[in-house]
Amino acid sequence: MIEVKNIYKSFGENEVLKGVSATFEKGNTSLIIGTSGSGKTVFIKCLLGLFIPDKGDILYDGRSYVAMSTREKRLLRQEMGMVFQGGALFDSETVEDNIMFPLKMFTEQSKEEMLERVNFVLKRVRLENVNQKYPAELSGGMQKRVAIARAIVMNPKYLFCDEPNSGLDPKTATIIDNLIQEITDEYQMITVINTHDMNSVMEIGEKIIFLKNGVKEWEGSDKTIFKTDNKSVTNFVYSSNLFRKVREVYNK
Amino acid sequence: MLGQVFKKPQKRSVFHDNIFKEIEELGLKSIGIVAFISFFVGGVVAIQTGLNVDNPWIPKYLIGFATKRSIILEFAPTFMSVILAGKVGSYITSSMGTMRVTEQIDALEVMGVNTLNYLILPKIIATVFFYPFIVTLAMILGIFGGWVAGEITGLFTADNYIEGIRLDFKPYLVQYALTKTMVFAFLIATIPSYYGYYVEGGSLEVGKASTKAVVWTSVVIIIFNYFLTQMLLG
Repeated sequence: MIEVKNIYKSFGENEVLKGVSATFEKGNTSLIIGTSGSGKTVFIKCLLGLFIPDKGDILYDGRSYVAMSTREKRLLRQEMGMVFQGGALFDSETVEDNIMFPLKMFTEQSKEEMLERVNFVLKRVRLENVNQKYPAELSGGMQKRVAIARAIVMNPKYLFCDEPNSGLDPKTATIIDNLIQEITDEYQMITVINTHDMNSVMEIGEKIIFLKNGVKEWEGSDKTIFKTDNKSVTNFVYSSNLFRKVREVYNK
Repeated sequence: MLGQVFKKPQKRSVFHDNIFKEIEELGLKSIGIVAFISFFVGGVVAIQTGLNVDNPWIPKYLIGFATKRSIILEFAPTFMSVILAGKVGSYITSSMGTMRVTEQIDALEVMGVNTLNYLILPKIIATVFFYPFIVTLAMILGIFGGWVAGEITGLFTADNYIEGIRLDFKPYLVQYALTKTMVFAFLIATIPSYYGYYVEGGSLEVGKASTKAVVWTSVVIIIFNYFLTQMLLG
């Protein structure tokens, strides 16, 4: 379990997170939603340890991440997988080398064992015959799938995704959402996703946290988000024409 | 920063692979430009010395002697290092800066990699231990370029030139030049790495960081050159 306890984070005068608390459970996919500038990315970067909170704590299975030494943090990070918004694939390396990298770095597996694992995760994200391609030769959706494959190759306990659907068409976005959900169920991971995509909310929103101006404004699920009377949440949800039209039709 | 850079590498085999990759990128790929410049600058130094030594009382072998001294003491270690600061420094800053702005360094961090150690230490080792070879090559080709220039222009004979090269040969001066080279190589690897690693923003900032890195590396090399010369020869 990940427990976030009342974290604050400022950059100079700009206070981005103002006392956010949350818990994330094993086998669950949790979504962090909110408008641009609400603090979603800073929140997830605090969870990853890329930013240190000014106040508050983050506990990974009871272990305080903030109090850990650099070495302990690095060991914990080997249990994490991250899918960055732009994929963050190593562009001078092939797909195979990208996915194999954590195995080379942190395991003593033979080349054959690593290759077997790479092919397994590539198959898992439904990609085949791309081993020797470079990231620039792949479509946006394929790059995201390679990023997911790299994130899960070490069997992580925690999976984080920053806007995994950005720049993807709705069909590919749904495929990516479902893939993350399946993997989370299968490996019983704790998955935290940053998104502002309402399709993702409807597809995989088992738990949803709504951030506004660095404050947790609302928490619920895909079942309750359309029924809430929280004005900030309804403004966010119905900010798209599509959802407003659906609501109008539904109300009639 | 340097504390993390000089930590023990997390995986020895990966570290060795990275050193060889960096030797190829930062060293072997610079040999062409180093050879080209050294050969021609050696020729120019010899011609200019030859043209200025027009007093019949001054022996011709001094042309070879002066060319050798200028190349070994200054041209090969310092001038070549400034050129490498431009070529290699901009490469290091832009490649590392691009990794930073495209979140590739964050991806490595999240995997649990000591990114300062993983990205910078192989560059330091590759440059510090390989650049002395490049500078030695620059010395040899520079002196050879001077000889070729004498043959073409007829300003001095090969015998005069070789006599000048043999005259008062002090191995310590080569040692001094290679010691300077190793210090400059360290600067060439670390200053651009610093600018690339800590860049913030997008491609424009990466470009600006590359320019700053090259300027500062060159300035620091020139300042260190002064103090090292005073320390080692003064």
